[in-house]
Amino acid sequence: MKSTRLLAWLAIAIGAIYFIVPLIGTFEFSLRMRRGEYSFDAYQSVFSDIQFRTTFGFSMLMALFTIIFGMLLVVPTAYWVRLRLPKMRPVVEFITLLPLVIPAIVIVFGYLRLYNSSSFLPLTNSTSGTNMLLVFSYMTLSLPYMYRAVDTAMRMIDVGTLTEAAESLGARWPTILFRCIFPNVMSGVLSGAFITFAIVMGEFTMASLLNRPAFGPYLQLVGANKAYEPSALAIIAFAITWLSMGLLQLVSRFQKTAPVKA
Amino acid sequence: MSFLSLSHIQKSFGTVQVVRDFNMEIEKGEFVSFLGPSGCGKTTVLRMIAGFETPSGGTITVAGKNQAGLKPNQRNIGMVFQAYALFPNMNVADNVAFGLKVAGRPKEEIDARVKEMLGLIKLEHLADRFPYQMSGGQQQRVALARALAPKPQVLLLDEPLSALDAKIRVSLREEIRMIQQQLGITTVFVTHDQEEALSISDRIVVMNAGCADQIGTPAEIYNRPATRFVASFVGTLNLIEAKVLDPAANRVAIGDQGVTLREPLGAVKAGDTVSLALRPEAGSIAEGAKGDTALSGEVVSSNFLGSVIRTRMRVGPSVISFDMFNSPGLVPPAAGETVTLRFVASDLLVIRD
Repeated sequence: MKSTRLLAWLAIAIGAIYFIVPLIGTFEFSLRMRRGEYSFDAYQSVFSDIQFRTTFGFSMLMALFTIIFGMLLVVPTAYWVRLRLPKMRPVVEFITLLPLVIPAIVIVFGYLRLYNSSSFLPLTNSTSGTNMLLVFSYMTLSLPYMYRAVDTAMRMIDVGTLTEAAESLGARWPTILFRCIFPNVMSGVLSGAFITFAIVMGEFTMASLLNRPAFGPYLQLVGANKAYEPSALAIIAFAITWLSMGLLQLVSRFQKTAPVKA
Repeated sequence: MSFLSLSHIQKSFGTVQVVRDFNMEIEKGEFVSFLGPSGCGKTTVLRMIAGFETPSGGTITVAGKNQAGLKPNQRNIGMVFQAYALFPNMNVADNVAFGLKVAGRPKEEIDARVKEMLGLIKLEHLADRFPYQMSGGQQQRVALARALAPKPQVLLLDEPLSALDAKIRVSLREEIRMIQQQLGITTVFVTHDQEEALSISDRIVVMNAGCADQIGTPAEIYNRPATRFVASFVGTLNLIEAKVLDPAANRVAIGDQGVTLREPLGAVKAGDTVSLALRPEAGSIAEGAKGDTALSGEVVSSNFLGSVIRTRMRVGPSVISFDMFNSPGLVPPAAGETVTLRFVASDLLVIRD
């Protein structure tokens, strides 16, 4: 019994070392820009870089649009599938999982082929069109996480009975969806939103091949040309991800429903 | 003309017909219970009244208006569900106000109605609570208030007490009946619990395999079951096989003992076998017990059930149970003892399949 506990702690320690040591190393390296002493010069350099602010702002905006349109696509879809097409659930789940098995580069080449300047829908002809295409591609990438998060939240409430209760009280579809269902799956929506945010902030392939000034290509550019700033950027990116994860944990505690009894 | 009319209602899911030629007329302010085992179609009929299912055939009218083509949100029919179905993101007051807000009522009217409804269910002090902070019984009372707030034409209750524990069930069913009588609202209550149906209904519809086997007052259903199914489903009943001796004189034989029935035997001939029914509480073996009919038999067993002692006696091929009220000095008959059960002949019913 005692040796089992020891082994368990040993496994945790090895895991922690595996994850934490490179992180500590990266952080320590990011502080060594000034010769002979630790400083935040690398961070100062990153934050004062106009390109950092531009690309960070652009990716934030793209993340916001991705979250809004992703929610508008996923919540009604998951709701409708649960309510009216329960037999289609495995099919829809399979479709939402496709972005995990199809490489991003294949998807973006598909987009470029389909929406290039000589196609029937030339989205890449304009900046706003390309940005729209980028948002759609981010929506595709985040679909497996967003759909699962929302679908799991819907499993916690009795969607069918709540809908019927609202209908019997005279409510129409928009009222039912936005006042009875949406607020009750908000924890799932927010979970999906934070994961989406983390994905969009670090995404490289789509933004690079669509030639948009996003944070991912900027990370790559700095990494290829500078010494200490990439480490500082890596730590900043980690902080963003962890902040998202922390908020995700926080909102999941705000759920007002008791779990549905089996 | 009746307030809620169900005429030749049918419903099929694929090849399975779950409701067959269901007919029912319900008067305004009446409390009607649909009683039956699981899968008999009672909830399907309720859901067709609410508009959640479309009948495969037949007509539903409320206050003379055909409900065909009307969506659930256009019917003004309130419904209470087994699983409460309160909106988890809204507190009690907001849940009760929901229907009124949807209907676009003025704020003052909504506030007044919510207060009135919470007073009706005696939960004014919990107006700010969320559903997850309340017990099952409290949640169901809120669900009732929510359904009643928009003043529906008809109230539908779909097994509202099934998820509650025994004590709460009894108190809440009495509360539901009291509120229903106070408001005079036409109510349809679905249950598989005969005690619930018998205790609070004006009339009961006993359903079996998608059909209404019998429609009647609780006393009629209990005392005069029309079919073998109703007899076996509602209460405890002795089903006794008897041989017809003289159809014209309503004379039958139970084992080797002759009995004259009050009820006509119908189209049977001498030598036919008929099924008779007798409630356990209808007879007595006490000395000086009243009754114009007697059956003698050998005691098989006596079981102590708390307030009553149920004794089983063999009469010919049938075993008949009868109840005696428990009292401290009562000695139940022992197995093997011969006893005489006395009862009124009119309590012996002829069961038609």
